[in-house]
Amino acid sequence: MNHIAPGARAGIYHYDEIDRRFVGERVEQFRKQVERRLAGELTEEEFKPIRLMNGLYLQLHAYMLRIAVPYGVMTSVQLRKLASIGRRYDRGYGHFTTRQNLQYNWIKLEDTPAILHELAEVDMHALQTSGNCVRNVTTDQFVGAAADEVVDGRVYAEILRQWTTLHPEFTYLPRKFKIAISGASSDRAAVRVHDVGLLAKRNAAGEAGFTFYVGGGLGRSPFIGKLVREWVAEEDFVAYLEAILRVYNQYGRRDNIYKARIKILVHELGLEKFKAEVEEEFARLRGPKYRLDPEIVAGIRAHFAPPPFEDLPTRSDALERAKAENPAFANWVAVNVAEHRQPGYAIATISLKPAGGIPGDATCDQMDLIADLAERHSFGELRVSHVQNIVLAHVKQDELFALWTELDAAGLGTANAGLIGDIIACPGLDYCALANARSIPLAQALSARFADPIRQRAIGELGIKISGCINACGHHHIAAIGILGVDKKGTEFYQITVGGDPTLTAAIGDILGPAVTETEAVDAVEAIVEVYLANRTDQDERFIDTLKRVGHAPFKERIYAAD
Amino acid sequence: MPSQDGSLKAITANRLRDGVVVFLGPDWNAGGEVATAWVESFADAALFPAAEAETALAAAKPRAERAQFGVDIYAFDVETENGVPTPVKMRERIRALGPSVRLDLGKQAAA
Repeated sequence: MNHIAPGARAGIYHYDEIDRRFVGERVEQFRKQVERRLAGELTEEEFKPIRLMNGLYLQLHAYMLRIAVPYGVMTSVQLRKLASIGRRYDRGYGHFTTRQNLQYNWIKLEDTPAILHELAEVDMHALQTSGNCVRNVTTDQFVGAAADEVVDGRVYAEILRQWTTLHPEFTYLPRKFKIAISGASSDRAAVRVHDVGLLAKRNAAGEAGFTFYVGGGLGRSPFIGKLVREWVAEEDFVAYLEAILRVYNQYGRRDNIYKARIKILVHELGLEKFKAEVEEEFARLRGPKYRLDPEIVAGIRAHFAPPPFEDLPTRSDALERAKAENPAFANWVAVNVAEHRQPGYAIATISLKPAGGIPGDATCDQMDLIADLAERHSFGELRVSHVQNIVLAHVKQDELFALWTELDAAGLGTANAGLIGDIIACPGLDYCALANARSIPLAQALSARFADPIRQRAIGELGIKISGCINACGHHHIAAIGILGVDKKGTEFYQITVGGDPTLTAAIGDILGPAVTETEAVDAVEAIVEVYLANRTDQDERFIDTLKRVGHAPFKERIYAAD
Repeated sequence: MPSQDGSLKAITANRLRDGVVVFLGPDWNAGGEVATAWVESFADAALFPAAEAETALAAAKPRAERAQFGVDIYAFDVETENGVPTPVKMRERIRALGPSVRLDLGKQAAA
């Protein structure tokens, strides 16, 4: 295999020979499995679980290949490879997902081994992106850079990746298993709606530990994760998680796919009984074999050492001058740039949500440009966020204007991170075999309706999330305004929920009323926004706070008054 | 020919080797290579009254599977709009054309 070093200064886990051999062997295994399938030696029933374990789905138009981006972090070299694959084997674009991965929509089965081989050249793969296993562990897209970070979640996400990839007990779980880690005071990883949500923190002695939430999830039966243990010391991290997974493996239902997630087990068993089972298993497991050795942690942490930052003043005169001279740039900085813990640096979010665009899609030319910009401005590293944007985490404030200028010229300079135009949308019925309704056209119509950057800032923090079916890949349950596409006798309708919250104060939104048509949905969202603006106490009162204060009635009355 | 209630069906699959959407064509029962029984354009698809669709599906599906030609093979409803056969469900319209948000992609791009 022609190995291409993915980037020495980037904050990723750097493969050793064992990792490379393992991924290479998996590619060759799959190559033979594909050959056997095409030759008729494997039936579709036999082959389907194998292809799923390699990230390959059959969707409406073709095969869809989901590439793992571990905890959403990758290098410019890896992104260029994704662009190259998109051009050669797909249709010149890719779709960044809510699990911080990338999907191609037009893949041929016969090309897949070659694609996986090319991915392996840059230490990438499609493992753990499908099937009933522990999926790609997600984390804060600002990890290793955020001013409010306490613990670097990449270290523990990588430990989990290595621990779960070949673990025989976790290959055939009752159902898929999603873990998210946040190590900052603000939860940007939606940890409380994951099968296991982890808050990494430090005790008074400065030691790392974890709060465990279990049984969160969206889909058909949404649940907020329940607090199972306030503090698990770092050395017990693996043992405690293994105890949870063992209890799930033992008691999780396998007779009904809709009741197989751990959220149903926690709900049906009851929190106290579930906790008791986990503690009993934990007591059995705890010991030298499962102790997370500090040397191992230190070894993994070394992969994520900070890049060679320069000593810079906290304030950049160049940045201030550029902001004063260019209002559009100043607006982008105000909306898309976050505080970095290193003086003189900033975190820049590249929105993949242009007004009227397809959320999360990027052309291969855009990927190449972002890779170039990551090399010039962010140590060759970038992140995929669970809200389907790209983040350059370590940009000198002095260089923000140069960065924005190139982004803007390529249609990537939209200033809407965290605002109403920053819509999460699943692929929906335009691509997905499970969907009941289209998500993307509604997202496009809404982002076009709210395109005005001044209006967006005036509205403030307000997330819209759209799912094309009850599986909720678009996270609609936890949106300030959530939209679920449903099929009513062959016609697409949209059910609106309000009051969802993806952060540590997580909440599932409430259904506002009967489902509406696509056109009505756009008007309904505008009506909701107008009611909010008319009722908020001041600009600082967020939508969900106004909603809590005034209740649903004024919103319902406005939308359904004519009914 | 439509059945007594006028309802029609077409039969579809995804081609195994590349996933491309295909439809059972008018020559589906003429013998020869399995691949020649299937067409890529919905406009060229055979349309069956409901009862005949079941028979055709029962015959064509195992042939396509045995030949490693197609997967996910099923029949779907078709209606006639202004004299033009059209899939009833949005899902099948999108499969027959391509993504409604990318008119440059899918079968609609070649039309």
